[in-house]
Amino acid sequence: MTRWIALSALMLAGSISLGAQSPVLSVPYTQFKLPNGLNVILHRDTSVPVVSVNVWYHVGSGNERPGRTGFAHLFEHVMFEGSMHVPEGAFDNWLEAAGGNNNGSTTNDRTNYYEDLPANALELALFLESDRMGFLLDDKAPDKINGQRDVVKNEKRQSVDNQPYGQAFIELPAMLYPAGHPYSWSTIGSMDDLTAASFEDVARFFRTYYVPGNASLVIAGDIDLASTRTLVEKWFADVPAGKPVPPLTAPTVVLDGVKKKTITDRVQLPRLFLAWHTPALLKPGDAAMDIVSNLLSGGKNSRLYKRLVYDLQIAQDVNAAQQSQALDSNFVIIATARPGQSLDRIQAVIDEEIDKLRATAPEPREMTRALNQIEANFFRSMERVGGFGGKANQLNAYYKAAGTPDYFQKDLDRYRALTPADIRAAVEKYLPKDRRVELSVVPGDKK
Amino acid sequence: MISDLRSRISDCLFALMFFAVAATAFAQAPDRSKPPAIGPAPSLKLPTIQKQKLSNGLGVWIVEHHEVPLAQINLIVRSGSAVDPIGKYGVGSLAAAMLDEGAGTRSSLELADALEFLGANLSTTSSFDFSAVRMSVPVSKLADAMPLMADVALRPTFPASELDRLKKERLTALLQARDNPAALIQLAFPRVVFGPTHRYGTSANGSPPAIEAFTVADLQAFYRAHYRPDNATLLIVGDVTPASVMPMLEKAFGSWKAEGMAPLVAEVPIAPQLKSRQIFIVDKPDAPQSQVRIGWVGVPRSTADYAALEVLNTILGGSFTSRLNQNLREEHGYSYGASSAFDMRLSAGPFLATAGVQTDKTGEAVKEFFNELNRIGTLVPEAELNKAKNYVALGFPGEFETTGDLARKLEELVIYSLPEETFAKFVGAVTGVTAADLQKLAARYIQPDKMAVVVVGDRKVIEGPIRQLNLGPVNVITIDELFR
Repeated sequence: MTRWIALSALMLAGSISLGAQSPVLSVPYTQFKLPNGLNVILHRDTSVPVVSVNVWYHVGSGNERPGRTGFAHLFEHVMFEGSMHVPEGAFDNWLEAAGGNNNGSTTNDRTNYYEDLPANALELALFLESDRMGFLLDDKAPDKINGQRDVVKNEKRQSVDNQPYGQAFIELPAMLYPAGHPYSWSTIGSMDDLTAASFEDVARFFRTYYVPGNASLVIAGDIDLASTRTLVEKWFADVPAGKPVPPLTAPTVVLDGVKKKTITDRVQLPRLFLAWHTPALLKPGDAAMDIVSNLLSGGKNSRLYKRLVYDLQIAQDVNAAQQSQALDSNFVIIATARPGQSLDRIQAVIDEEIDKLRATAPEPREMTRALNQIEANFFRSMERVGGFGGKANQLNAYYKAAGTPDYFQKDLDRYRALTPADIRAAVEKYLPKDRRVELSVVPGDKK
Repeated sequence: MISDLRSRISDCLFALMFFAVAATAFAQAPDRSKPPAIGPAPSLKLPTIQKQKLSNGLGVWIVEHHEVPLAQINLIVRSGSAVDPIGKYGVGSLAAAMLDEGAGTRSSLELADALEFLGANLSTTSSFDFSAVRMSVPVSKLADAMPLMADVALRPTFPASELDRLKKERLTALLQARDNPAALIQLAFPRVVFGPTHRYGTSANGSPPAIEAFTVADLQAFYRAHYRPDNATLLIVGDVTPASVMPMLEKAFGSWKAEGMAPLVAEVPIAPQLKSRQIFIVDKPDAPQSQVRIGWVGVPRSTADYAALEVLNTILGGSFTSRLNQNLREEHGYSYGASSAFDMRLSAGPFLATAGVQTDKTGEAVKEFFNELNRIGTLVPEAELNKAKNYVALGFPGEFETTGDLARKLEELVIYSLPEETFAKFVGAVTGVTAADLQKLAARYIQPDKMAVVVVGDRKVIEGPIRQLNLGPVNVITIDELFR
């Protein structure tokens, strides 16, 4: 989901009064491209003396192949273990000594990295990011992949294997997508594939995907635009350009019936997962499905929560979400049964509620309620420059998805343009009962 | 290996070619022989707290923050789960949760609809040291949202049907916790360190038998005793000014009157310290990881050693490069991450060192935990000390960025009765810490031979290796015991 709003303090000055019309959302930026292909975006925000340096590589687990699942994420880990001019361990040590935090993450579509640090330490972050972009591979790299392999396996144990219902996140992609489709495996990968990953894989992946032309750098915070540009040009000048990376494509997936599966796990209560294919990130239908998720499970008065959790009390929880992705999105409804209640009954109630929304458009008040929450959340998410949820990251996300970093107002506009009739039509088109995935996790041994 | 060399050499040649091209087009490549120097640190700009009072004496603290058109209003009540009566552990938490399940003239659903329609997020919460009603709302809707928040805080109705619903929800959540090792360690560890009668030995939410028995009268009794204007403070952060917001606050909260006298509430006593090391295993058959937690009674928030302990903990397990994380994750690959913390409450909460570790390395991991817990007692090298001090001190200004950040900082001052200069003095206190200070503190607050070791994991695999470490008597706790 991309529901982001950002406002420049300058744009707001003088235009705020209680009860006024919603302010226009604007995040001023400058953008330029280096000769080696690196896209650079700068945004100035002086509210606190910090800066966030955020890099997106347009490669994710979707670029892997069967047999090497989990590799993009494993590679992400290796990126922190040092580069040609940065000894192992120094990346984090130098940043912490400067008062900085950092992290990275991998999804199907992209890998991102950020450093949040006091504004006076900006050059350190540029040195570190440029060194690993241009010169990651050094003579210690083979050992590093072995170390991080064990760490990633433990990440899988902690986040998936030792979590109740964790196996569902491995099953769902495999049920939604045909074998070989970029989205058919989970980003964490399998233990066997992680074991098989080699240094040759690391080198090949780095040369192919970690090239400046496949990356975008955002610097947001308490910066001077002109001198920051100079610093970027200084530190990234020697990062070699690579070959262009073709965008990831995959054939459209259409389910032709219901795919149903039951697995067991060491759980007290059964849980139901329903999933559909829906329009990709920012494409027509994506915002509508986001609103559908709010109508179904956003708040006590939402259709599914009110019926299942509040009135009937046959579900402990229910959540609907539009999971927007670059090639194809998934709409997922997850419900946990109360003790003694059956998933069949819960599924029947969910279907009744979807039927209602398919037959009759939502009330105007429901729509306004949803839109007001969405707009308020835009404001909330633009307060921070750094981290995974801040403006720096969102500028990069919009650049990749829309080609424009400052897409905030247009993003909000696509929600505001929707009518109740659009929502009804989206439910009819995208939530058929006879073409979807149905996964049940019931008490029993771990699969 | 030859193939490795070849691909590395071709990489270097590849890089050199393009470097040669780039070099002709631009100034020479940057000097990568050492990291660039860091400029002088910016000075800490602390927010101005404007303090006012309503006509009933209720204190109001206002911090203006005009970056986004949002307002955050937090009513902090200085009583939380720590003051639950004996036999009713969990009542304070449930009372807080029930505040928005019916208030003023509105039902639970009506309240939710009204607030959501305004784009407001309202939450009611309680932890050991305080309870809170918090609301974030676009400032253009503040005038409409404020009366709703006042209803929730001042006129909750505690409908019996909603209490019934919430009880079922909490009991079901506790049932589900049996599946989840991360939840089990959260229950087992405090029980071991504090015991069943000290308030900290039971979770803030309470255990199933107590929850089952709660009545509306119990909630009302807690509410009347503690939710009083002389036991609360209003915190406002955001796109407001005193002139714009005080009239609204007076209208909404100004006539709130305390009922009767404030009750005498005993402070939670400092728990007796553990005297000798013991191991406790909770069996979770076939778990792929063991949840390990080691510790004992720590310090209260009022400790004079606050800044120094922040530095000490950063080195031990409070950052990515900390000793515990480097050892268990980066060096040995036993874990995705290890950490430590002093949980400082109004009374002394626990000190703990913790990680999820792969099952077949549980014995080795526990051994490494103790290697680090023992080693922290030796003099910390200067470079490591400076890195930790810089991390804490230089990162501090960044903790004042958002409306939520600022509200949290104000809450800290209110709940722990800290003087306003606390933040201004913090950086200086941190930079003044010496290695000798840390060694004294470690000797006093980190005594590994007395700590409890609690492990939730596959007993048939881990018990043998743990016993072989000869750390102390080994006890087994059943999952059932944790929910009594």
